[in-house]
Amino acid sequence: MTYLLPRTIESALETLADREPTIVAGATDYYPALGRREATGDIIDISRLDDLRGISRRHDHWRFGSLTTWTDVVRADLPEAFAGLQAAASEVGGKQIQNVASMAGNVCNASPAADGVPPLLTLDADIELRSATQTRVMPIGDFILGNRSTDRQPDELVTAILVPTPPDGVVGGFEKLGARVYLVISIVMAAALADIDPHGTIRSARIAVGACSPVAQRLTKLEHDLVGSSIHDPIVRSIGEDHLAVLSPIDDVRASAAYRTAVTPVLIAKALRACAEVES
Amino acid sequence: MSSTSRTNLSVNHRHVEISSAPMTRLSEVLREELGLTGTKVGCDAGDCGACTVLIDGDPVCACLTPVGRLEGRTIETVESLTETTEGRALQASFLRHGSTQCGFCTPGMLMASSALLTETPSPTPNQISDALSGVLCRCTGYRQIIAGVADARRLEPDDPSEPSVGKAVGARVPRVDGAAKMNGTDCFGDDDAPADALVVSVIRSPHHSAKFVIGDTDAYLSGLPGAIAVITAADVPGRNCFGVIPPMADQPVLAETQVRFVGEAVAAVVAEAGTFIDPSRFPISWDPVAAMMEPAESSAPEARLIHPDRPDNILIRGRVARGDIDSAQRDAVASVNGEFQTAFVEHAYIEPEAGWAEVDGDLVVIHATTQAPYMDRSDTALILGIDPERVVIRPTSCGGGFGGKLDVSIQPILAVAATLVDRPVRITYSRPESMASTTKRHPASISARLSVGGDDRLSLDFEGTFNTGAYASWGPTVANRVPIHASGPYRYAAYRALTTAVHTNCVPSGAFRGFGVPQAAIAQECLLDELAQHLGVDPLELRLSHALRAGDPTVTGQVFESGVGYVECLEALRQPRLDALQRAADFNRHGGTRRAGVGLAGAWYGCGNTSMSNPSTIKVGLTADGRTLLHQGAVDIGQGSNTVMAQICADAMGLPLADVELVDADTDHTPDAGKTSASRQTYVTGNATNEAALALRASMAALAGVDSNAHMAIEGPIVTMTSGPDRVRLDLGKLPTDEEGYVAVGVGTYDPPTTPLDENGQGNPYAVFGFGAQVVELDVDTDTGVITLHSIDAAYDVGRAINPGLVEGQIIGGIAQGIGLALMEEYLPGRNNNLHDYLIPTIGDVPEIRVTLVESGDSLGPFGAKGVGEHSLLPTPPAVLNALRDAIGKPVRRVPATPERVLEVINE
Repeated sequence: MTYLLPRTIESALETLADREPTIVAGATDYYPALGRREATGDIIDISRLDDLRGISRRHDHWRFGSLTTWTDVVRADLPEAFAGLQAAASEVGGKQIQNVASMAGNVCNASPAADGVPPLLTLDADIELRSATQTRVMPIGDFILGNRSTDRQPDELVTAILVPTPPDGVVGGFEKLGARVYLVISIVMAAALADIDPHGTIRSARIAVGACSPVAQRLTKLEHDLVGSSIHDPIVRSIGEDHLAVLSPIDDVRASAAYRTAVTPVLIAKALRACAEVES
Repeated sequence: MSSTSRTNLSVNHRHVEISSAPMTRLSEVLREELGLTGTKVGCDAGDCGACTVLIDGDPVCACLTPVGRLEGRTIETVESLTETTEGRALQASFLRHGSTQCGFCTPGMLMASSALLTETPSPTPNQISDALSGVLCRCTGYRQIIAGVADARRLEPDDPSEPSVGKAVGARVPRVDGAAKMNGTDCFGDDDAPADALVVSVIRSPHHSAKFVIGDTDAYLSGLPGAIAVITAADVPGRNCFGVIPPMADQPVLAETQVRFVGEAVAAVVAEAGTFIDPSRFPISWDPVAAMMEPAESSAPEARLIHPDRPDNILIRGRVARGDIDSAQRDAVASVNGEFQTAFVEHAYIEPEAGWAEVDGDLVVIHATTQAPYMDRSDTALILGIDPERVVIRPTSCGGGFGGKLDVSIQPILAVAATLVDRPVRITYSRPESMASTTKRHPASISARLSVGGDDRLSLDFEGTFNTGAYASWGPTVANRVPIHASGPYRYAAYRALTTAVHTNCVPSGAFRGFGVPQAAIAQECLLDELAQHLGVDPLELRLSHALRAGDPTVTGQVFESGVGYVECLEALRQPRLDALQRAADFNRHGGTRRAGVGLAGAWYGCGNTSMSNPSTIKVGLTADGRTLLHQGAVDIGQGSNTVMAQICADAMGLPLADVELVDADTDHTPDAGKTSASRQTYVTGNATNEAALALRASMAALAGVDSNAHMAIEGPIVTMTSGPDRVRLDLGKLPTDEEGYVAVGVGTYDPPTTPLDENGQGNPYAVFGFGAQVVELDVDTDTGVITLHSIDAAYDVGRAINPGLVEGQIIGGIAQGIGLALMEEYLPGRNNNLHDYLIPTIGDVPEIRVTLVESGDSLGPFGAKGVGEHSLLPTPPAVLNALRDAIGKPVRRVPATPERVLEVINE
């Protein structure tokens, strides 16, 4: 086993080009999976690549360095469009996890229940990947291929999550359902990004649902059909089976597929109401 | 760029150079390389937060941090807290508020609190909850931790609050063993193994049921550098069998040819520290056999026998019957009935089983986290085939037990390994291993019918089947205790309770806070509420009109002339319940999808073993230099027996509390005070302590020639005995000493007066019962089934509170476990062996709890005290379910009442 702790992105990329090491960032998923087994193979610990941490506003987008922690997200002064992302950030494990777990780690671990993914989907986030030879950018929805699977190539490093500057007036919301208050792995979660007028009419909405499919999904048909509805109407009733067709919930230790299906519309409605609450 | 060499960092403001490999977890580096064992490891997965340390001021899990990345960083651990005024103030506040019980999560709680307070010196309760949400506590129920943090910036010197002489009993004194729990020096099972100890790794069954053959272990050993020995069943020198109830003992230390549950031990590998044992490489071939996971399956005719000598896979049946139940049910004017179901519940103490052992001359010495040192000694001696006197159990501090550390776990394999390799050996279960292999609360299926007759008297017909798992453990105790308690604290015209404990291929079910009674209380207390509704009577009034009072016979025909405080508990909750009902009505007036409800439930609990001798012996010695040493054998697993016994001893002897020194429960130095279970220690060992202290004082009085009630004062080696006008000074230095260096010793033994039960369960099973009741206020989101608890009021008849703070801690902690049982905890054998899929309450799941203590003054208990450890939990689940029914109008009869199950009932 070799352990590498690069201090520059370039040296990290060189290493990635040379061999195919396991990349460790926050390590909050790495160790639980390891258990008492021996750490083997080549490990590249990118936690000291300080250039990859931090949130900055660029001319047409926001740049979240891949090592930005969830605590960084919670504490950042961000527009209301990011309220859903910030709400999700505050529910990624406990404070101890949020202090070290990285945004990119949450995405690259590709758990169906990754808290960060639904809000990032609603924000139309892109993933920036660099290798020693090229930089490429792709939508997060294309990047995550399935349960624990991404499009990252062995020589690539996720360097940032890029969010197009959200339009004025757009607000984010996030709701997570579990059987306890803190430290919840979601039964279902929903993220919304909506433009709601002062009367409560939805001008536009983006909705994503997590923990109900191998990869969290945007519900584009629902997004389309919600335009013109009022946040004060019983939104739950306007969500039909066809709106949820992209989901494929399963039975697991946390809940049955049937329950997930039953409460998904409720979570979506709550996430939308959360948007309205942020606005007021 | 590579950093495979040494790592330099600052730990507690001192520079250190680390030689451990860079991917070594910081928790392991702190504990094993730097000897800073204050940082605890509860899960190695970031689920429990016990290992929380500060890195550059931020709380992180040390178990998830590779040490290699920490070059130049600043680490602070619990050991650093005493260095600052703020740290000491936080520790003092935790002690004042009872924020620690077993103390295993305390370092994590303290460090998370310390980070919060640096940033937010006056945090709100919500800020405290958010900041501490990543640390799980299984003992306290969190409320006293929140109080401790909220009050942590009182920087003035701590009020010693030392009670005056003769007033220790009843005083709200901080735990006498608290300081070590605050500064990281408290020594738990994994904290003091010798550096050269070999590590024992247990190979376990991945199958619920299988036959197996172990292959070439010599070849395995020679291919694994660092490995010293493989241990199999053939290496067990004595009886390869253990069990807490000797006639029923049935569990092998290492299985011989077949396994009966996932996680059962089949072999062990002894190796140098740092050797990785990959169980998948162990030479063993498996031949799985169809498993039976449910009692209905395993007790069916023709079912394969899990133990050949137990027909129908039935371990035992229990029965209590009084009056003519059939005619009472037939002639009833009103009846309600229901089927109830409960799940396996994991103890989830934050400290996994851990300890070490060595051979010392003729002795095999075992340091282990345990609730029952003398029982450990007996079983281990049988397993080794040696006399019990040659086995010494040295209990370490116990990081939570709740019944799960009553059975042996690590003790036998440590003993076998130590004798085999003749070097110190250690073991620490991983969290998955702890959860897979140790006992659980019995799942129960209960069918009950509660009726009221024309004479307005109750009758209850109760039948419960308990999934006792693969081995006996405490199954017989559950089967016997439940029929006695399933009545609740009420008077009946007729009563019949039948129980059956059935073997399956599940993890063994054993003892867990209440020995099956919580499961029974759900059925009985929920049906009582349904009956009240059926009759159109207020649930509190119905309980009052049937409540057991002094002079009433219980369902076993036992009559107490005093110490029956149930009515007082109910009355204490009358106003809080009305207030809760009013708040719930206000809540519901606003409409919406959330509906509030209020539920009431009561309970009783017999303190001590059921109709069986369970003596405790306590010894107090006086040294030639005037020190009073209390040999305190009632293992303190967090509940506070060290403090309670010291308080009793101090008042019985007439000494200041601070003058009582503790000698721990080491079986070589301290007499048997029985197991810490059955809510017995305050009552039984408390009486023994009282008698021992009185005996010591009497022997000094005899030496002085004054009457035995003389007042005693000790100043260094001079004891002054005063009785009326007589005043005699004794110079202890001039008295002969015994082999332990004592000039005088007092020994007290107490065994509760009980009688055997007849074939109908009639007799006096317990000498003392405790009583309690709770009111739960909650709301349910009728769209999702998610329950939010608002508050809980509790009232308990504890006889006399020796230490009100500790009693409240027991009650709040028990309630928290009741919340878990009611709402979220369900262990699935082989499926959720971790603390993120198996959910226990977090700091956000326990609402405000208000406790009222009723002091009925028991006639048998020391200073009138009785136990409270288990009945603290009993009313919570039924009170939650009753509140739930109040909110949604339909009964939920299966726990945990997860959001999914609640929604199912709502939508039925």
